[in-house]
Amino acid sequence: MSIKFEDVSYIYSPDTPLEKKGLDNVSFELQEGSFNAIIGHTGSGKSTLMQHFNALIRPTSGKIEIAGTTITPETTNKNLKELRRHVSLVFQFPEAQLFENTVIDDIAFGPKNFGYDNEKAFASARFWLKKVGLPEEIGKRSPFELSGGQMRRVAIAGVMAYEPEILCLDEPAAGLDPEAREQMMALFSEYQKEGHTVILVTHNMDDVANYAENVLVMEHGKMIKQATPREIFKDRNWLQEHHLEEPKPSLFATKLQNYHFAKLPLTIADLVKDIETNLKG
Amino acid sequence: MSKILIGRYVAGDSIIYRMDPRGKLLATIIFILFVFLANNPVSYLIVTIFSIAAVAATKLKPKVFWDGVKPLIWLILFTSFLQLFFSVGGTVYWQWTIFALSSYGITNAIYIFIRFTVIILISTVMTVTTKPLEIADAIEWLLKPLKIIHVPVDKIALIMSIALRFVPTLFDETLKIMNAQRSRGADFNNGGLVTRAKAITPLLVPLFINSLETAIDLSTAMESRGYRGDQGRTKFRILKWSNVDLINLCYFILLLGLLLIFRTH
Repeated sequence: MSIKFEDVSYIYSPDTPLEKKGLDNVSFELQEGSFNAIIGHTGSGKSTLMQHFNALIRPTSGKIEIAGTTITPETTNKNLKELRRHVSLVFQFPEAQLFENTVIDDIAFGPKNFGYDNEKAFASARFWLKKVGLPEEIGKRSPFELSGGQMRRVAIAGVMAYEPEILCLDEPAAGLDPEAREQMMALFSEYQKEGHTVILVTHNMDDVANYAENVLVMEHGKMIKQATPREIFKDRNWLQEHHLEEPKPSLFATKLQNYHFAKLPLTIADLVKDIETNLKG
Repeated sequence: MSKILIGRYVAGDSIIYRMDPRGKLLATIIFILFVFLANNPVSYLIVTIFSIAAVAATKLKPKVFWDGVKPLIWLILFTSFLQLFFSVGGTVYWQWTIFALSSYGITNAIYIFIRFTVIILISTVMTVTTKPLEIADAIEWLLKPLKIIHVPVDKIALIMSIALRFVPTLFDETLKIMNAQRSRGADFNNGGLVTRAKAITPLLVPLFINSLETAIDLSTAMESRGYRGDQGRTKFRILKWSNVDLINLCYFILLLGLLLIFRTH
């Protein structure tokens, strides 16, 4: 079962002076269990695309096949629960979604909505609270007493607690300190390795290089490229043309003179290995 | 929802768009008062022609104005209906228990219908051609005389502008939180009244907290930049009277004159 977009277009405020194309004939296929990244400029259609994954918005034309559901322009708001149980979204700054009296209640909100009984919902909530790196005592506190970073973790736990098959994340690490960022990314990577599909919308090319196996590049509502990170970051001119950054390790490597690189290192691990080879040789 | 709250400003370009919002607000208010001077067919015809001319001068599609009238159409019809069957006087054509259809009732119903419709049309002309913030500026100007009796006009104006400024922000925030909770399986569209009322908590709590945070941030930002509302503030949007506004007000004086001549005394 893969995720399939067929000629999907989305128009904001159709038939008004404010009409704007959000997505323009987007077609692609994502493999189940893969780690995907969606990159592109602000306003390129990344967030619009993401909201199509669980039918928060429906295409103006085209067809989407995802998690056993087919979404067409005719799809209505009813009976989407099953889809949303399997495909879940973490929005930018998800801490804005916290509302319960206690952290643990908030994490259990999703699981309860998706038919977990009380006991199972709280067990799952406790499990994911720990998974996101928070101590158990925090569960009893109000989410509004926490720091920004802790709130982020709680919000992410609240989405992962019903273990969606497909997890879509919009800049989940924006504004986190580097350590927290790495922890969160490692958590998503682990989740993917357990057999779930992860879709990451991001501006951070290092995250793309480190974790993604497949990258979609969006521009002006169109998908202009789908390839592996290596393929994407290979062509420096193309990247500049589309105002995309390069991962820091490759930038670093190009600045090193008298070093020879068989292929451009994308991650720090690759970079270190290549430098070692150079020094030995 | 955004339509009701933000007003119905429609981008366009005609002479009415270029008028000073103060002139438009003033004209709208006097028009509403003048309408009540009309009391016979000729005077009602004058107000009708006058408001249709104003509508035409905006150069907007009729649909814009129909959208203005539509939400109130039942209220208008209901009021006219009451007039139609409950007025007494004149020739009685038909009677059944307390309902009576009289010539007096018919004319009254028509008058009420026209009165309502033209008032809505003229206020729509004002709201579709004037940006909400301009309206706020105009209201501030109109309230200025109240300063003498120590009404904090600047503060009221600031509150109005901030409220208007944050309506779209709040709207976006609502949509975002709604989507986030929908993703977590919240259902805002199904179930009975109680279920729906409960479903709204996950939306309202974050929204309140968010608004309070935004308000605190905004006041901190304003204070740290030395905001003082009370004295000597200059304006970013400077309102300017032009000849167009004078001519516009002349039209309304003409209307007053015509109504005074043709109304039944």
